[in-house]
Amino acid sequence: MSGILNSSIGRKFAMALSALFLMIFVLQHFVINLFSVINPDTFNEISHFMGTFWVIQYVIQPILIIGVIFHFVMGFVLEIKNNKANGVKYAKNNGAANSTWMSRNMIWSGGFILAFLIIHFIDFWIPEINTKYIVGDMTGMHNGEFRYFHELQEKFVPLWRVAFYIVGFVFLALHLLHGFDSAFQSTGANNKYTKGLQGFGKAYAILVPLGFIFIALFHHFTH
Amino acid sequence: MALDSKVPKGPIKDKWTDYKNKIDLVNPANKRNIDVIVVGTGLAGGSAAATLAELGYNVKAFAYQDSPRRAHSIAAQGGINAAKNYQGDGDSTYRLFYDTVKGGDYRSREANVYRLAEVSSNIIDQCVAQGVPFARDYGGLLDNRSFGGVLVSRTFYAKGQTGQQLLLGAYSAMNRQIARGKIEMFNRHEMLDVVIVDGKARGIIARNLITGEIERHSAHAVVIGSGGYGNVYFLSTNAMGSNATAAWKIHKKGAYFANPCYTQIHPTCIPRSGDYQSKLTLMSESLRNDGRIWVPKNMEDVMAIREGRKKPTDLSEDERDYYLERRYPAFGNLVPRDVASRAAKERCDAGYGVNATGEAVYLDFASAFQRYGKEQAKIHNLDNPTKEKIIELGQAIVKEKYGNLFQMYEKIIDQNPYETPMMIYPAVHYTMGGVWVDYNLMTTIPGCYCIGEANFSDHGANRLGASALMQGLADGYFVLPYTIGDYLSDDIRTGEIPTNTKEFDDAEKEVSERINFFVNNKGTKSVDYFHKKLGKVMWDKAGMSRNAEGLTEAMVEIKAIREEFWKEVSVPGTANEMNTELEKAGRVADFLELGELFAKDALVRAESCGGHFREESAELDGPQKGEAKRNDKDFAFVSAWEYKGEPADAVLHKEELEFKDIELKQRSYK
Amino acid sequence: MNLTLKIWRQKDSQAKGQMVDYKVTEISEHMSFLEMMDVLNEQLVNSGEEPVAFDHDCREGICGMCSMYINGEAHGPDRGITTCQLHMRMFNDGDTITIEPFRAAAFPVIKDLVVDRMAFERIQQAGGYISVNTSGNTQDANNIPISKHDADEAMDAATCIGCGACVATCKNSSAMLFVGAKVSQYALLPQGQVEAADRVQNMVAQMDLEGFGNCTNTGACEVECPKGISLENIARMNREYLSATLKG
Repeated sequence: MSGILNSSIGRKFAMALSALFLMIFVLQHFVINLFSVINPDTFNEISHFMGTFWVIQYVIQPILIIGVIFHFVMGFVLEIKNNKANGVKYAKNNGAANSTWMSRNMIWSGGFILAFLIIHFIDFWIPEINTKYIVGDMTGMHNGEFRYFHELQEKFVPLWRVAFYIVGFVFLALHLLHGFDSAFQSTGANNKYTKGLQGFGKAYAILVPLGFIFIALFHHFTH
Repeated sequence: MALDSKVPKGPIKDKWTDYKNKIDLVNPANKRNIDVIVVGTGLAGGSAAATLAELGYNVKAFAYQDSPRRAHSIAAQGGINAAKNYQGDGDSTYRLFYDTVKGGDYRSREANVYRLAEVSSNIIDQCVAQGVPFARDYGGLLDNRSFGGVLVSRTFYAKGQTGQQLLLGAYSAMNRQIARGKIEMFNRHEMLDVVIVDGKARGIIARNLITGEIERHSAHAVVIGSGGYGNVYFLSTNAMGSNATAAWKIHKKGAYFANPCYTQIHPTCIPRSGDYQSKLTLMSESLRNDGRIWVPKNMEDVMAIREGRKKPTDLSEDERDYYLERRYPAFGNLVPRDVASRAAKERCDAGYGVNATGEAVYLDFASAFQRYGKEQAKIHNLDNPTKEKIIELGQAIVKEKYGNLFQMYEKIIDQNPYETPMMIYPAVHYTMGGVWVDYNLMTTIPGCYCIGEANFSDHGANRLGASALMQGLADGYFVLPYTIGDYLSDDIRTGEIPTNTKEFDDAEKEVSERINFFVNNKGTKSVDYFHKKLGKVMWDKAGMSRNAEGLTEAMVEIKAIREEFWKEVSVPGTANEMNTELEKAGRVADFLELGELFAKDALVRAESCGGHFREESAELDGPQKGEAKRNDKDFAFVSAWEYKGEPADAVLHKEELEFKDIELKQRSYK
Repeated sequence: MNLTLKIWRQKDSQAKGQMVDYKVTEISEHMSFLEMMDVLNEQLVNSGEEPVAFDHDCREGICGMCSMYINGEAHGPDRGITTCQLHMRMFNDGDTITIEPFRAAAFPVIKDLVVDRMAFERIQQAGGYISVNTSGNTQDANNIPISKHDADEAMDAATCIGCGACVATCKNSSAMLFVGAKVSQYALLPQGQVEAADRVQNMVAQMDLEGFGNCTNTGACEVECPKGISLENIARMNREYLSATLKG
């Protein structure tokens, strides 16, 4: 048991577990965001609950942050190790003949998602932390009403940010298109259900990022 | 020296058991002090190395490839025989013994064959325990198929890759011993000579094929399991590296070489397509169960097909000559390998070959598609199925049985065998001859053993399908590990054999001189040039049918090629590096000697038997007219040749064959 | 047809290698790729140059010796074949063909196109066997029935020829298809299950020690594998390994 993370399969497994966890997170994030389009009031209420309920703030949030950091750090560690395993580079390599672009470029899609996450944290998470824990305002109110929806809308006014977010989501889609199946394969789940799961994975990988893009555009154009 | 086969006394069915009970054994503590060298790690060498190591001996194993798993045993497709009688069709040890002796045209040693049949079922138990994934039926029990020349289903198989799976089984057993340190594995090493000390084999000289270093290795016994010499023909179904060097070196140091002329020419191989051809690919004999062999009846059609004006499918039934069915109505397309091969050659020599080289006949599955298709239509209750539907259903069945072979054919020839008949032609496949060994599998050099295809013992003049794997594993797992103890029991006090002795010096010097000659010769012709030339003489004059005149010419021609070789051979590069041309040069030099002895042996054996067909020895009239005629009165012996310098000077020793348990009969397939 | 060949030449394991251009003419489309290489080598020998060293033996796709990376793919552009089964009809007159050795840090080049695959040997020695002596006193082969389905799946895994195309192809030089195939073969058979937990742990530990990379499930190995070994074998190995390790 000890040292499992020192083995190739153990690392793969850890990578897959963190990925599965992050995919669940992304899905709930998406569902909540969707309410900003359907019903701003509900969106505000959920946002306030998520932002103030202690289990989420003090238990889930740290796990999430650790998960994110772990997934990235491990991703880069694996990349470095794998490059080392390669030896001399081929003069001619036709990767497209046997694998998808997505599967070969997880480091690039992942890297861009990291850049996106940094901007995303600067946009939303840091101001939130600042308001709640530094300023100490846990009310979630601004000018007599919940601030969450308005803050969201304002962020999507500048075109550059919308564009950046769209690119970020495209990379997320590419990352998920390989990552979803890959996570199941790594945990050893490759059996008669795999085919159905692959279909679900594809749908997830395309629809969720597309939904996020829709939400960003929606707010940009309806503000 | 008189030949002593050392066959134990007593009734044939008790010989092996009684012998094992009385044989000298080596105490386990003493085995640790005894080293055994095994050269070659195919089925025979690999299984012997693993078993000897399990018994406690220190084994040093040598392979010219980078892993034991690559030995050419891996290419065997069909299966392995064993007298398990799982099908309840009346099989028994005796029946397997009988079939093997008869199939070998009564030129094998009875006691050895009986022992082979006896241990055959142990092999299956052993392999299953090792995790060999043999084919199974839906009840979870082992499945069997039937093979040419026998009346029972006794062949165990693992898809079309039985040899691969058995070899990987032996390889896994070796790996376990390598991990324990009981086998020291020398990959990419080639044995270049045997070292004899006080009349006993005590070591070898080997070349490290990566660095070119010449190494000395000592042991208390040397086991040669280096396979057959089919590559003496240049083109064969053997691997490119398969060679006779280890066997030939021990021959030159005193081991008699037996029956070199017994070669198996396999009828169903993919034909040659041009002069650049490097090897021939075999397709399992099982194809003849469902394929019908034919050539066009009329010469005009032959020409039209060769020039591409007609397709084989354009010819009506009347325009086709199903020559095997015509000549051998009783067995038809299922005559034994030697008969089928000769009949194909006869038609092609008469000018009826159907490809550009004129060396191909058709193997047609159209009627099998029909037969299976109609059967399937009935099973599926189809009334009035269309022609196309029948063929489709039939093709599906054929695909299930032979799909991988059809695919292999299509990859090589680029024709779809479901739409047009396959083209096949015979090719050199297996050599029944080899180093002479006694009942203990020891050669005429004390302490030097020879196992598997490299020895001569069990297949007589013709080998039945699915029995090569059986023999290799029987020798390695179950025979040699016992019999070698009898010899080694005298060596428990010998201690380690030093390699700094004069005998090792001399052997190494001889090897080095030869290598230096090659790299310094700076001739004008490549090694392959000579090998191809030798191959052509062998094929034309010592191939599927032989006569005194041709064989005499062959001896002269081979000698001339050999002399030219030693003058004109060109080997680029140096001795102290990986040098594939140098490796080939050494092997071809040995083939150039072996080829001449081969022709000499064939010349002496003025009878037809098994794979050796002498045109002078054929039935002159009666229903068997034109068929092979064996001569038991004058030739019921093993030819064992003693080396005397030039192959032409080799001295013949005869081991008379006695048949106490089987009555000698002329084979008939009419 | 006439072709330009760009071939990796390297004197020995220590030397620095480089791509060298050669021309061959009058190549028949019916030739196998290695026969084309024979033509080139004959040409080189006749002009006193050293021929290109390459591994090959059975030339019928089963020994696993041949190992060329042709135009950016292990065993070249065709599917389900080894280098020796590749035919020149896959190429066109005037083509330039790039030929390199299988690359991986764990497969050092010995000379030209010949690589050292001893890492595979050591992995097999670490546990690629069932610990049963070849005594001949094992129980009858039919004593333990094995479902046809399991036996067939074990056979499919066992068809691996150990050529290393999976490693050569993998962008991470991972050996998991190779190891997964062997682990699967034994894990599927009752005879192999007794020591399955130790086997998978030992083989994976050795695989890691040899310096092979981590699998990222690109699936390239499965596509280039001459024997079509399925990725399911890697998943099975993952399961076997995780359960063996987590159970302690």
